[in-house]
Amino acid sequence: MLVNLPARLRTLLLSLVLIAFALPAFAGPFEDAIAKFANDDYSDTEEAIGVVASSGNPLAFPIISALQDGRLMADSDSKKVYVTGADGKSIDAATGQPVDSVPDSASAVRLNNRLRRSVDAAIGSLTLQSPDIATRLQAAQSVFKSHEETALEAVDGALAKETNKSVKAALGDARAAILLFKPDASEVEKLEAVATLKARGDQEAMALLTGMGDQPASVAKAAASAIGSIQSSLAVWSTVQNAWYGLSLGSVLLLAAIGLAITFGVMGVINMAHGEMVMIGAYTTFVVQEVIRTRYPGLFDYSLLIAVPLAFLVAGAIGVLIERSIIRFLYGRPLETLLATWGLSLVLQQAVRTMFGPTNREVGNPSWMSGAFELGQITITYNRLWILVFTLAVFAVLLAMLRYTALGLEMRAVTQNRRMAASMGIATSRVDALTFGLGSGIAGIAGVALSQIDNVSPNLGQSYIIDSFMVVVFGGVGNLWGTLVGAFTLGIANKFLEPVAGAVLGKIAILVLIILFIQKRPRGLFALKGRAVEA
Amino acid sequence: MNVMDTRATSAMLYLDGVHVSFDGFHAINNLSLTLEPGEMRAIIGPNGAGKTTMMDIITGKTKPDEGVVLFDGVTDLTRLDETRIAELGIGRKFQKPTVFESQTVQDNLLLALNVDHSVKGTLFWRGSKAESESIDKVLETIRLTEARNRLAGSLSHGQKQWLEIGMLLAQDPKLLLVDEPVAGMTDVETHLTAELLKEINKTHTVMVVEHDMTFVRELGVKVTCLHEGTVLAEGTIDQVSSNERVIEVYLGR
Amino acid sequence: MTPHMLTRSLDRGATIFLAIVAACGILIPLSNLLLPAGSFLQVPTYLVALWGKYVCYAILALAIDLIWGYCGILSLGHGAFFALGGYAMGMYLMRQIGTRGVYGNPILPDFMVFLNYSKLPWYWYGFDMFWFAALMVLVVPGLLAFCFGWLAFRSRVTGVYLSIITQAMTYALLLAFFRNDFGFGGNNGLTDFKDILGFNVQAEGTRAALFALSCLALILAFLICRSVVSSKLGKVLIAIRDAESRSRFLGYRVESYKLFVFTLSACMAGVAGALYVPQVGIINPSEFAPGNSIEAVIWVAVGGRGTLIGAALGAVVVNYAKTFFTSGMLAPYWLFMLGALFILVTLLLPKGIVGTFNSWWDQSKENRAATAASAAAEDGVTEPDMAESAQ
Repeated sequence: MLVNLPARLRTLLLSLVLIAFALPAFAGPFEDAIAKFANDDYSDTEEAIGVVASSGNPLAFPIISALQDGRLMADSDSKKVYVTGADGKSIDAATGQPVDSVPDSASAVRLNNRLRRSVDAAIGSLTLQSPDIATRLQAAQSVFKSHEETALEAVDGALAKETNKSVKAALGDARAAILLFKPDASEVEKLEAVATLKARGDQEAMALLTGMGDQPASVAKAAASAIGSIQSSLAVWSTVQNAWYGLSLGSVLLLAAIGLAITFGVMGVINMAHGEMVMIGAYTTFVVQEVIRTRYPGLFDYSLLIAVPLAFLVAGAIGVLIERSIIRFLYGRPLETLLATWGLSLVLQQAVRTMFGPTNREVGNPSWMSGAFELGQITITYNRLWILVFTLAVFAVLLAMLRYTALGLEMRAVTQNRRMAASMGIATSRVDALTFGLGSGIAGIAGVALSQIDNVSPNLGQSYIIDSFMVVVFGGVGNLWGTLVGAFTLGIANKFLEPVAGAVLGKIAILVLIILFIQKRPRGLFALKGRAVEA
Repeated sequence: MNVMDTRATSAMLYLDGVHVSFDGFHAINNLSLTLEPGEMRAIIGPNGAGKTTMMDIITGKTKPDEGVVLFDGVTDLTRLDETRIAELGIGRKFQKPTVFESQTVQDNLLLALNVDHSVKGTLFWRGSKAESESIDKVLETIRLTEARNRLAGSLSHGQKQWLEIGMLLAQDPKLLLVDEPVAGMTDVETHLTAELLKEINKTHTVMVVEHDMTFVRELGVKVTCLHEGTVLAEGTIDQVSSNERVIEVYLGR
Repeated sequence: MTPHMLTRSLDRGATIFLAIVAACGILIPLSNLLLPAGSFLQVPTYLVALWGKYVCYAILALAIDLIWGYCGILSLGHGAFFALGGYAMGMYLMRQIGTRGVYGNPILPDFMVFLNYSKLPWYWYGFDMFWFAALMVLVVPGLLAFCFGWLAFRSRVTGVYLSIITQAMTYALLLAFFRNDFGFGGNNGLTDFKDILGFNVQAEGTRAALFALSCLALILAFLICRSVVSSKLGKVLIAIRDAESRSRFLGYRVESYKLFVFTLSACMAGVAGALYVPQVGIINPSEFAPGNSIEAVIWVAVGGRGTLIGAALGAVVVNYAKTFFTSGMLAPYWLFMLGALFILVTLLLPKGIVGTFNSWWDQSKENRAATAASAAAEDGVTEPDMAESAQ
């Protein structure tokens, strides 16, 4: 994964250092070049970097990277140069032999910004030949960024030998970048370079093309058209990116709102403690992970799979309890239900605060949910992707449940005509309790997923309650598909407004739009019509 | 040009080609109906025939998909809301008696009185002698004088029905729509209600929806039978009840 | 208000209530100022400020009761109107600081200097004048309520839908006022006030006067509410609350009534907020939090919706309990108690304290009347009215 790359690079550098110790030294231009480091002159240092980098000497990499880190010590009197390792041991730069100590008169070779670029380029070209694919890719990318002329030879050499497709492409890009900035490159080469960068088509390619300075007319023209085409492709990608963020936010909204769509949409019960059911699900995940951490660390990757059914049961059981003890006395009095459940939400929050403390609790990502991958120009994180998939799965299961199971049938019957259902022998109060339990249980499941992307604190639920109500009301009460469409519409609208208006103003704008929308269509997007609902 | 000529019709209420559907279900289908000024009309029909929906259309609660609904020959009711239609002089009694339960009988009538209904008017309202006299008169007509200070919610079902008719009287509309006035009443009460409606009809145009055939017969007025949102038969009670299609609808199936 | 409306609105309960508030408004400031500090009957200044806060909450509760108790509009965003009134007053108080701020800028409040404002935003103009700020205390909440209500009531958004969008409204304002670039001090809000009308806001005399003023405002708000609900308009409001659609068929323009009473209520909430700010010394965006608005609703429910006196009483009782519990060892349990209060009141005491008392009182009165009537019947003297009311 991307995040691991620097660590791997470090391991590689270390092994290169070890190789360097084992090999005998060469005599000749390499040693001369090393001595130049001791001159304390920027142009000499630059020359030395060039020679060392292209020498093919195994010491080249440790030397240059020591130079980069300020660990290359030069004694201007003896013209001796030493590499001090991170562990404090030192070697003679020219021979690679260990030395006991670096003389006091030696000081670190100084660098300026121009030299730092040369050093970066040199390191890039030195690692281009690494046996490790990821290192080569990283090196090629760093050459692309620095586009130092000096690296051209190394890039060409690497390109000839390279077999890996993505590294080869990266090397091609690097080569193009270098050629573009090489004053004596031919027009044909430059045109080819422009075409390569155009094909790459990202922000960096555009930055190179815009910043390349004076060029022959034909190249400038090709560059201009390439910039145009990159811009439009970037615009497309940024739309795709926003759409992805929107889908991701929409899935979070949907997840938080599905349970509410059952309790509010199907039963007509205003449950202000819905957010707390989500919170309870998140805390269930926390407890599951704690137990796994202390007792069965090997199971950590399965923690969420264990937490999902548990969260459903815990939140569902609490839901049934709430319905039996409070809500059933308040049917037909929605405003009172609203107040009582708000009170309940305060009690639940405070209970969790008392048990688990007021601060955020740590809930970890299993390995399969961490990291990211690239898709074209956008980065998709695994946790967001899994949450989207999970949300759709929960939605599908719920739909199927309502449609095909006995409980689903009874639930629909009770919602449509309570008295008729009762006279058909359906235990309506049992169905009420189970329906409310189902809605709460789904909220608990949502909590498991949301624990992966949000802070698990007693206030977790509160941040979702208004959004969830907005989704259900916007989508149309009593219609699960409406909730689905509502959630994704609001998610996507929010993410497209954000770049224009900023995150907070975007959210405010959405709230205002929903308020206006409800005025226009008081019963939501997918409203039921007819005499019955107006009564 | 004569004023009468600008009227599309001389009828008090004129419905033509009215359609309403809810999610594909045709509640009202090409309904045409005419009510002359001073007439009393009884509307019968099985459940789901569209009787209540027709009243919803006339009073502005439901907007028809197409068709003409004219009041007093000139006013297009489809473009007005409930308040405006009530102000024009159409009063309605609901199927389920709907009175203001937490207020007294007297206050229910006071609210129904056909006086200034604006916010300012009611805020600065002070009772007048004329108002209390007309309330007294209505109370007497609906036999609730004794109960004037009781909460409407504490009345019996029949009394609530009467109170609602009383509210219609206080409202003094040109056209009264009365939905199932005798549902849940005893025979005596039913008879008294029929008498009351006939009395009201002397000064008002009335449309009565009712299932109770004895009651309809007692009213002795022209009858319209609705079925599946359209007029099935029209005429005297004897004509309609001997109509083969009406018999089929009520007894067949 | 015309005389007949005033006389009609004063029944016995209302008169007693007004007398108590007036007595508090006079006696408490006098005791604070005239009696020597530490004497048994002297009310310490901190208590004057605290009770002044309760009185402001009582006005807010009246405003909520007017729309919820009498018209069935459950607003979960009345805290927003309260806060807007408070911000209007806070802006006046900020402008009064002048060069005494940390940065000593004569025009710009400290937070604007800190945030590199070069000049005063246009919406701060005029707030250096008290009359303008006082007008805005009414106009801003009133205008917001009018616009919001005009949209909502015309589209017949009712019941819980209305509650939810009022909550969304205050939530949107909460987010907006948290922003620094909104020009109202971001999450710190407005504070460090110095003077009000030239008097030091910290001074005992000013605090006593503010308390007396708050009591006066409560009396006025109560009188306005009473005369509204005891007029025919009050009957229409109850009719709308109980059977909205029926009222329409009687020819009442329901949306106009709702709009009138909603806007009036918002203005009252604004005044409450304006009196609140100088007494607590700060106004910040947390006043917009949806939780605050819902808490205010529960004051009304505890006291008894649709009783006005109950609303004021509920505000004082619940807030007294809050102060009592949150300042002691029981602080961690306060939210449990508040939550339980919500649940228990709706389940067991739906009429609230005053409503339950009224029912009990009426019941016992009827019983006494029935006893008297039967006694009279034995004497052979019939009293039809009495017999009627005993049924």
